[in-house]
Amino acid sequence: MRFAVLQFGGSNCDRDALHVASDVCGVDTDLVWYKDGLKKNYDAVILPGGFSYGDYLRAGAIAARAPIMADVVKHADAGGLVLGICNGAQIGAEAKLVPGVFTMNEYPKFICKGVYLKVLNNTSPFTNRFRLGEVIKIPIAHKEGRYIASPEDLSRLEAENKIAFKFCDEKGNVDAASNPNGCTDNITGVLGGCKDNVLLMMPHPERASEEHLISTDGMKVFDSMIHYLESKGE
Amino acid sequence: MLCSSDVEYIQDKIGRKLTDLEAACFENLWSEHCSYRSTKKLLRTMPTTGKNVLLGPGDDAAIVAFSDDIAIAIGMESHNHPSYVDPYDGSATGVGGIVRDIISMGSRPIALMDPLYFGDLKGEKNRYLFEHVIAGVGDYGNCIGVPVVRGELTFDENYSGNPLVNVVCVGVVSPDKYLTARVKTPKSRLLLYGSSTGRDGLGGASFASRDLSEDAEAADRPAVQVGDPYTEKLLIEATMEMTATGKVLSCRDLGAAGLAGASSEMSSSFGARIEADKVHLRESGMNEVEIMLAESQERMLIEVMPQDIPLMTSIIEKYDLKWSDIGEVIEEPRYIVTFKGKTVCDLPIDLLVGGNPEESWPAKSYSAETAYKKPTADIKELCRLIISHPDIASKEWVYRQYDSDVQLRTVSKEGGAACVKLGDAGLYLSCGCCPRQIALKPYEGSANTVYENAANLAAMGAEPLCVVDCLNFASPVHEEIFWQIAECVRGMGDMCRRLDVPVVGGNVSLYNESDELKTRILPTPSIGMAGKGVVRKFVKPAAGMKLGILGETKEEYGGSMLDLVTKCGGAAPSIPDVSVLKEVRGLVNDGIVKSASDISRGGLIGTLASFAPQCGIDVSGTKAGAFAELFSESYGRFLVAYEGAAPKGVREIGTVGGDSMTIKADGTTVTIPKSEMDEWYNSTTALMRF
Repeated sequence: MRFAVLQFGGSNCDRDALHVASDVCGVDTDLVWYKDGLKKNYDAVILPGGFSYGDYLRAGAIAARAPIMADVVKHADAGGLVLGICNGAQIGAEAKLVPGVFTMNEYPKFICKGVYLKVLNNTSPFTNRFRLGEVIKIPIAHKEGRYIASPEDLSRLEAENKIAFKFCDEKGNVDAASNPNGCTDNITGVLGGCKDNVLLMMPHPERASEEHLISTDGMKVFDSMIHYLESKGE
Repeated sequence: MLCSSDVEYIQDKIGRKLTDLEAACFENLWSEHCSYRSTKKLLRTMPTTGKNVLLGPGDDAAIVAFSDDIAIAIGMESHNHPSYVDPYDGSATGVGGIVRDIISMGSRPIALMDPLYFGDLKGEKNRYLFEHVIAGVGDYGNCIGVPVVRGELTFDENYSGNPLVNVVCVGVVSPDKYLTARVKTPKSRLLLYGSSTGRDGLGGASFASRDLSEDAEAADRPAVQVGDPYTEKLLIEATMEMTATGKVLSCRDLGAAGLAGASSEMSSSFGARIEADKVHLRESGMNEVEIMLAESQERMLIEVMPQDIPLMTSIIEKYDLKWSDIGEVIEEPRYIVTFKGKTVCDLPIDLLVGGNPEESWPAKSYSAETAYKKPTADIKELCRLIISHPDIASKEWVYRQYDSDVQLRTVSKEGGAACVKLGDAGLYLSCGCCPRQIALKPYEGSANTVYENAANLAAMGAEPLCVVDCLNFASPVHEEIFWQIAECVRGMGDMCRRLDVPVVGGNVSLYNESDELKTRILPTPSIGMAGKGVVRKFVKPAAGMKLGILGETKEEYGGSMLDLVTKCGGAAPSIPDVSVLKEVRGLVNDGIVKSASDISRGGLIGTLASFAPQCGIDVSGTKAGAFAELFSESYGRFLVAYEGAAPKGVREIGTVGGDSMTIKADGTTVTIPKSEMDEWYNSTTALMRF
């Protein structure tokens, strides 16, 4: 099993994602500089958080058009796992890996906060270690993280069970008060690909994967990926 | 402009007239900002050595041993004047500058702190400055992926027209692999890399050493640099990758006084010959003065052997950065610049760097304490005034805008000091000072500033390792201001000696006064303190726990929050018995106390607002009196929470929990329901957001 963590100029959670995948989860993981392309066959590609190209134009817009993203799209089309976290989610959405976009927060300032998420799909390669309806605590840190999609896309996402996470409160209530950025229907984790093999999420699971951090709930995203890949191989 | 006595002094030394570039080099390098000409004599009195100090003051940043295999690089800088003229870019480039100081040590930046000082938020301009300074710090730090883990906010009308933006940056490096900013050998080359050079930020060092005049905004705009955090991030990665090759001999960032400053200071152990035509530019037609003095951001200079240039430039180009090979280190102790075939600067390097005459200003003491008049308002109203003041109220509106979690080390941000996990231990960070008390008693106030930061660490069970400082003052030409400076340095030095904490770096920012608003800042010797302890997360005490006070309360209201909101006057706090620090560390580390906070700004009331906003306390019949227990800001006290019997030396005052704060004080009972407390405590968020 081998993961890749892509590094664009301006990625700043690349080393964090590498640390969790490799040191905490024990998966062989390469940091791949965007100019080098995807040269190996990877089981999963992680698009990490940060400010690729300084967020110039729109967050993720330029990185989505870098040549390596053609490799990533090809990898996803072939059923390979793609996890986009924060800026990685913005890049993934700009590359049309899921419908919709992540845009400027309703209160147009950066927000860094520990938040609660409700797990709405526990069958995907990224969420199979969660219980359905489980309330988990994972931090967010973004300025352009408000997920928006057309009504048609939204109903399709609902119908196809493509919504992985919604913002909620400690008790699991999904409401306006627990929505930190004004996103549509509190949606902050969206699945894509024919096998739900793409997950784009604004919260940072790698920031909730060690005892000294806010929680270890984020670990289950990585554990789910490992579990999926291991059972696929059997 | 270089003053006429300096011109005379220099021309006398070199026996001829100065060229334009030479005059500009001296103007900037001999400015207060670069040369500390007014303060050097004072700064020399501070303790700067210690068993953990691997590299003390004088380089881009200090290096202090943290554990056997980890050292920290630490530095602190102000970016005050630019942040008034252009708050967003001024504060952003303030972050950029101190971060580059850390990377130039070959160290990866891991944490930032920002003690900030603004005018009263009732003023629209002050709210504008506040909003955009925070956005500037946030956008820059967030983009480069260095967490802001701690800060401090002080609001006072004396900072109107002169906000202070101080930033501390900490990095990690292997104790035997750090770089310095001193060239190592003649015949090596100097490589400039990063952003191209334009006319931005011309003469910033000399600009920073002037009063802000009436037309500051319009006339000085070109002296404020514009930051590009994306390029800074590339610069961090490129520098780390180059450093890892072991081929970088020395490294310096370009800050104040631009390329002239960096290349001359870096080469002062030998000499340098710079070819100004080689510098990669972003605009055409720049002359040698503009090229050498521009303060364009995100640029670095390294010393490498000629044969290593291809390897270094391949790394620089990997990150899409530009570079130029701008000159060489020479044996002769001269600083030579050529441009278009002519020698435009040829100076003895030790005259340019550090050769300035020291300035001595007359000092005159003053006494500003006034007799105490007990406030007439009732206790609840006083609580409201203090808790809803932005110095005390929740800073959530600010810190939510900072990515404090990136790099996965941030264990704890609440409480008095942040905890960042380094290896198996906790690096503890605290910052700030108490300007209103310092204004009344500069010596005691500055000593107490050092004490108070150590107390923040002690409340987490941690011990101080080192201090960095930003000495922000008004103009030293005023006799009472120079006295303030001297007293503050003496106070800090004495307390650092008493606590055995070295001062390893910092900067001096003088002339912080505004002709426009007729204001002078309060004396602001702001410090950053780093310490070490076990990894611990601050937790607010749980309902049912007992609350107690360790340490003695005195009637010391001068410069307190009570004084600020009621003008009650009184004596400023005296210097406490520091043995209480050891006592509280023991209680915390032995697990006897579950949670602790030092009692400082806002007194017990200010501390309770964040520590235990719902509780029941009774402070009747104590030695200092109930009123003093609530509002005095005397040092040497901790609020502690525990279960069971009061630990030795702790005076029990109440219990955590309930749906209000209930205070019994000599026959009166004050009740502050949770809804009211929340409204007061969230006043800054309400003001700025809604």
